Amino acid sequence: MCRIGSIKSKVPVQPSLALRLMLPQQEGHDNSGFAMVMQDLYGIFANYKDKPLLSLACTQRGEQLVEDYMDAHNFVQLAEWIPIPDKRPGLDIKAMPYYIFRNYDYPEDAATMTKEQKEDLLLDTRLALRKLLDEAGEGYVYSFWPDVLTLKEIGDPRDIATYFHLWDDNGCLMAKSIVAQCRQNTNYDIVRYAAHPFFLQGYTLCANGENTFYTKNKEFQKSLHRGYIGFESDSQCFLNTLHYVHHELKWPLMYYKHVITPLPFEEIAERPDKEVLLDIRESLANLEINGPNTVIAVLPDKRMMTCCDSKKFRPVVVGRTDDMVAISSEVCGLNEIMPDRDQTLDLYPNEREIVLIDNDLEVSRCKQ
Amino acid sequence: MQTVMTQDVGVNDLPWKIDYKPERCTMCGSCVASCSFKAIKVGVQRRDMTVSVENQPKPVKRHEARPVIMQVASLTDYCRGCGICEKVCPNQAIKPVRNPDTRKTLLSKDNGPIKRGGRTNLNAQRALDTIVVGRISQMTDPSLDAARHTFDMRAPFGRVLSAKQLPFKVADGKLVPVGHTPPVHWIYPLIFSDMSIGALSTRAWEAVAMAVGYLNEKYHIPVRMSSGEGGMPVKLLESDYLKYFIIQIASGHFGWNRIIKAMPHMVTDPAGILIKIGQGAKPGDGGLLPEAKVAEHVQAIRGVPRATLASPPNHQGLYSIEESVQKMHLSMNAAFGFRVPVAIKCAASATSVSVYNNLLRDPYHICGGFFIDGIQGGTGAANEVSLDHTGHPVVSKIRDCYLAAVKQGLQGQIPLYGGGGIGMTGNAAADAFKMMCLGANGVFCGKFLIQLLGCIGNEQGRCNSCNTGKCPMGICSQDPRLVKRLDIDRGAQKIVDYVLTFDKELKKLMAPIGNSSLPIGRSDALVSTDKAVADRLGIQYVC
Repeated sequence: MCRIGSIKSKVPVQPSLALRLMLPQQEGHDNSGFAMVMQDLYGIFANYKDKPLLSLACTQRGEQLVEDYMDAHNFVQLAEWIPIPDKRPGLDIKAMPYYIFRNYDYPEDAATMTKEQKEDLLLDTRLALRKLLDEAGEGYVYSFWPDVLTLKEIGDPRDIATYFHLWDDNGCLMAKSIVAQCRQNTNYDIVRYAAHPFFLQGYTLCANGENTFYTKNKEFQKSLHRGYIGFESDSQCFLNTLHYVHHELKWPLMYYKHVITPLPFEEIAERPDKEVLLDIRESLANLEINGPNTVIAVLPDKRMMTCCDSKKFRPVVVGRTDDMVAISSEVCGLNEIMPDRDQTLDLYPNEREIVLIDNDLEVSRCKQ
Repeated sequence: MQTVMTQDVGVNDLPWKIDYKPERCTMCGSCVASCSFKAIKVGVQRRDMTVSVENQPKPVKRHEARPVIMQVASLTDYCRGCGICEKVCPNQAIKPVRNPDTRKTLLSKDNGPIKRGGRTNLNAQRALDTIVVGRISQMTDPSLDAARHTFDMRAPFGRVLSAKQLPFKVADGKLVPVGHTPPVHWIYPLIFSDMSIGALSTRAWEAVAMAVGYLNEKYHIPVRMSSGEGGMPVKLLESDYLKYFIIQIASGHFGWNRIIKAMPHMVTDPAGILIKIGQGAKPGDGGLLPEAKVAEHVQAIRGVPRATLASPPNHQGLYSIEESVQKMHLSMNAAFGFRVPVAIKCAASATSVSVYNNLLRDPYHICGGFFIDGIQGGTGAANEVSLDHTGHPVVSKIRDCYLAAVKQGLQGQIPLYGGGGIGMTGNAAADAFKMMCLGANGVFCGKFLIQLLGCIGNEQGRCNSCNTGKCPMGICSQDPRLVKRLDIDRGAQKIVDYVLTFDKELKKLMAPIGNSSLPIGRSDALVSTDKAVADRLGIQYVC
């Protein structure tokens, strides 16, 4: 089982804080990688918050392929940050030649597009780039979305941080929201795409535990949406379901919980909204999860949430101070980054709720 | 003395021979009296005997005429191997023995096709037995405790809409229904299927029905029972227990006169309607109830005279899947106000996927279940050539239909139920679990229920005489003397106990794969030790 964590803060924080949140929990993971999604960016991307940011790891040829594609599709490059790595000997990292974080302006014709059309354009562009790089075997594209940065690499998280100068706290990368994980998940092959968190059209998600309904989820999701691809990790299914319920069906967030961990029939029978709950259970039976899992997610409106499987097999704790809320698989992570918090306010979400943190750091518990 | 003729039928031409031990026989007559087939008789033989009748041994060799039990050498009154003689004999003096040299099938064609009941005797191979539950939760995730955890043992029965078709609106942050959705009932994934009053004795049917009532009322296990094509007692139709029954309509429409007349008096809806198009045991044959079984009460309940009742092999007037949907499905849905799921049962066939695809695409969303009946299903009466030489195994067919739906993203919209050979080797729970992993929402079964009542028929040619009206166990007979052999209460209890164990065993299989809800479509949980089966079903081959 891997450990997962996230930070939502009123003041921008740097990736080292996320690393410090995760490293004390290392007994629970194998320190085989590091992955994070930063949202609500400050630092060098502060002035381009409304422009889509491409997060890419590739070869030189891959970089050329991407550049050609973006040029051909009239995306205009604005800002760029290519980290100059610390290549000191002995670091445990399987690095790619280039890591590119680049802001683009939308093509001219996007001016007349609706919000949905723009979202689709960004998704389709990312999928096209991914296909291009996959076929050429020249790199990985993780996200292409305004105000979102994704970094993933295989190796020891401490060394990865050294490689990218993340310990320096140099102010380049700052965000009010970070979701992180310190394991190159997966139980399957070592593939960069398999590392959580995953990102899709404004939704970020990481999860731990085995998705025992992976086959069911995957077989169903494959035909639901063109963005549901890859499936390198069984945890991608949780993101797809969140996206489908909240973004495609446009159902209120609480119904995500009803879909992934439906109430037992005896409980549904007692509910005033049993008709709706039964309909959901019938129609989306293939999106149920039935194994041990905890989910941490960030929504397009930047709210952060966490919830657990219906048997509460996986732990999670939410800690808070006036300026920051952090979610962590284990409390030792919270103790590291917020030692002075009031521990009596720590929340241990139960199996029937979604804990939601809004942008004022108000924490609400929504019972299923 | 007349010369023996080669065409004369001898005992050695028959499938079973009586092994009789005269030295143990007390001539009580129980065996002859209880043999419903009149396959044995009392006769007299002149025998060489050494007897001693004095106080002291004084053996004398004599020729004596002795009464004995003899087997009848007849192609009609022949021994079926039922073993009732052995069961009734107080002295273990008699039993039937399988005759490997039988010529019965060859010789019995004088009066048209041979008819019998039971299952196929040629194609009883079991793909399910090459499959094991091989994905065990070992450190990846916790396996469950079958005794401690709670399990959601419910399967949908009814037409399920896609999430985008659900008539919801959002009000105050909640979803609110704003339209009609087709009826869906969540039932136990085991349906007692399709054995009519007529095929079964009223007492046997009642025993099965009692078990259903008991399981629902006492144990809250929502097992449903299909009436079979033969109607239902009016008192049951007009009772609250109707909610546990799926009423079947087949091409003969037997019993529907009474059902329609009872409709205004029904106090609850039935659990469903099952349109029977075909039967796995005998595709191409319709239902068949030989005259011998059309007793007075069967005539009454079906509204027919005493005659052999043959349902046509197809529904007259239905020529395509679309027509079936428009005519039968719509009319049956309308008859119950669109409140009752209407499902369809077909014999498994090379064409099953086409049928399923068409049903999935029907614009009215009115097909509430697709029941696929495999070649290993049982029947009360059929032509032997149909039983042994027509049909299609159900396992790969369920898988094909499920994967056809997966390809279109429509899985689960019309629940799949598989039957035909479920529980054939005694463990229906294992069969059901594997069928569900391959894509079935549940299973239906009939044969093992009557086997629990006492039926001793099997796939090696034992008994299989359900068509004769002479069922030695009183299960498939309307003869009041035979029917009395069946103890209804004990029969019902046997079924209840079996289902309770079925439930526990199903949980025992769900626990190690770490799931508390039914494993529909969890093909990843199965592995096969047969490469061909693994490849065909798309599961892992292991060795």
